[in-house]
Amino acid sequence: MATDIPAPAAQPAAGAVTRSGLTDLRLIAMIAILVAVWVGFGVATNGVFLSPRNLFNLSLQVSTVGVLATGMVFIIVARHIDLSVGSQIGFIGVVGALVQTQILPIDGTHTWWISLGAMLLTGAAIGLVNGALVAYAGIPSFVVTLGGLMFYRNAAYMLNEGRTISPLNEDFRRIGGGLDGSLGAATSILVGAVAIAAILFFAVASRRKRAQFGFPNPPASMAFLTIGAGVATIVAFIAVMNAYELPRTKEAAGIAIPVLILIMVGVSMSVISRRHQFGRHVFSLGGSPESTALSGVNTRLLTLKLFVLMGLLCGLGSAIVTARLNAAASVTGTMMELNVIAAAVIGGTSLSGGVGTIVGGLLGALIMQSLESGMILMGVPTPLQRMIVAVVLILAVLIDLAYRARSGK
Amino acid sequence: MTDAPLIELRDVTKAFGGVHAVDRVSLRLERGEVLGLLGHNGAGKSTLIKMLSGVFPADSGDFYVRGEKVDIREPRDAKELGIETIYQTLALSENLDSIANLFIGREKTSFFGFMDEVRMERAARETLARMKFNLPNLATLVSSLSGGQRQAIAIARAVLFKAEVLIMDEPTAALGPEETAKVGDLIRELAGQGIGIILISHDIHDVFALADRMLVMRNGKMVGTAPTKDVTEDEALAMIIAGNLPSALQK
Ligand SMILES: Nc1ncnc2c1ncn2[C@@H]1O[C@H](COP(=O)(O)OP(=O)(O)O)[C@@H](O)[C@H]1O
Ligand SMILES: [Mg+2]
Repeated sequence: MATDIPAPAAQPAAGAVTRSGLTDLRLIAMIAILVAVWVGFGVATNGVFLSPRNLFNLSLQVSTVGVLATGMVFIIVARHIDLSVGSQIGFIGVVGALVQTQILPIDGTHTWWISLGAMLLTGAAIGLVNGALVAYAGIPSFVVTLGGLMFYRNAAYMLNEGRTISPLNEDFRRIGGGLDGSLGAATSILVGAVAIAAILFFAVASRRKRAQFGFPNPPASMAFLTIGAGVATIVAFIAVMNAYELPRTKEAAGIAIPVLILIMVGVSMSVISRRHQFGRHVFSLGGSPESTALSGVNTRLLTLKLFVLMGLLCGLGSAIVTARLNAAASVTGTMMELNVIAAAVIGGTSLSGGVGTIVGGLLGALIMQSLESGMILMGVPTPLQRMIVAVVLILAVLIDLAYRARSGK
Repeated sequence: MTDAPLIELRDVTKAFGGVHAVDRVSLRLERGEVLGLLGHNGAGKSTLIKMLSGVFPADSGDFYVRGEKVDIREPRDAKELGIETIYQTLALSENLDSIANLFIGREKTSFFGFMDEVRMERAARETLARMKFNLPNLATLVSSLSGGQRQAIAIARAVLFKAEVLIMDEPTAALGPEETAKVGDLIRELAGQGIGIILISHDIHDVFALADRMLVMRNGKMVGTAPTKDVTEDEALAMIIAGNLPSALQK
């Protein structure tokens, strides 16, 4: 048998083109919808919606659901569901607050990170239980996490007899974005510069490496477009966050800490989904559980890790919302699981498994939160808000199904 | 133990509920040998090889690889012993691209489990080129590939990981004549390199064209085994259909 290798240039670029975000039509459609929502509310509220103040608050509000949505995308991609995330938020919040007020000195220097660690550990432990019941006991995740939804909400109540714990440690509160909870102008610009440098570095490194092995790269114009869009988004985002002046000090707010956390989680989860074995296996599992097992992947351990990851993110999400409220109550996060699932689904995550993106989930969360925020500004009554969000959810799935049917995927 | 057979199964048995899918079957496979596994639908061929590739454990019976007794409980165990399987169902993840499918569970990584996509793509291109299977675009999802292209990916996956034992369950069932011929060439080529191949087929022409030896199963039991050159196609058919051993093989 000959060992002639066909000239790679004769073949279309593998990987890079189809996997790059901008060429994904669905993603472009979602960005268009987000822009339409923003422009619509901007006009309807005489620009109030697009004011730095409102956008800053929007960024704060989206951070918890956004963090959870990245995990939920993985869960749904793997053909599972986690209905317990909202209850976990409440339970973990009470645990963290108890650690701060009962075990540690409330104003101690180390209180913030030890209680944060306790919250992450609690989340991971809950995820471990969920994952073990799903993966090793074979109970459907719907049932396990429905149980978790009821269990942890009421366990949160039992922990502190339903009393709200407040105030919380001052350093801890920065995680929520209040009180010295944003980076300020200079640090925000630095963060933006680092992000832009990273985008350029990885884009160049990837093209270099492909060229070195003689693989075709996507056209340079495409690369410039993608990079340009990324850089423009970063610049605009930093500019808006710096344009917002904190009410008390009149200083530029800059990126809020929870938003920075969300961005780091989003980037990490996105990289994991595309570049890490774990993400690859999760997508394979969702596409074909049998094939994945036959290929030698330990699918039970994979499922266990998946739920532990979701639990960790619940710990982080709980820290953000609890810190922002400066209070831990057993009811915190009630119904949040529905918002998180809706965000993932609006973001194009298929409930039949195997399909979804982290960016999509984050955009879904942003669209949901924008709708809510905009309708509040317009004075739409709460019940009507929820009804409209419900219609948007159904519409999103309908459009997604139509798109899939047409593109034959 | 260089003279030990590559694979030896002794009295392997598997029942599903009341169905004796495989009933005390023994099998030997030498290096560079192509063993044709023949039998009607439901004869137990797939079940037999699934025990060897770790899909499910045998109820009883012993497995030897290169003369050593082994315990194969999971697909990973078989792969670690150099046993690669191309399943009848192909076992591909349709929502992933060809390269991802070639490496599922065995991704090339650079650090902490992060994948080295360039190295994977290079190995994939080399293997596919060597097999002379032309895939239009390695980045297309498997769900949009043709039956023959999927088969090529499934075979390439086994070749890529340098199987010592290659099990092929009905590898040409979904293929046209041209692709079938290609698979035939590939089987000869791999056997020439010393790889032992178990070729499952219900088409006795395939087996006569490619196999050195055949093993016939019927209703879960072993009818007999014989070098292909010692039996005629009619005799093989009689073994498959009626379970009759040709006179030359009766002792
Ligand atoms: N997973 C299974 N569960 C129950 N019965 C099975 C299973 N796999 C195979 N069988 C039964 O075992 C017998 C042998 O099947 P199989 O090994 O697939 O035959 P072949 O591959 O020779 O066509 C058949 O009666 C089949 O119905
Ligand atoms: Mg079969």
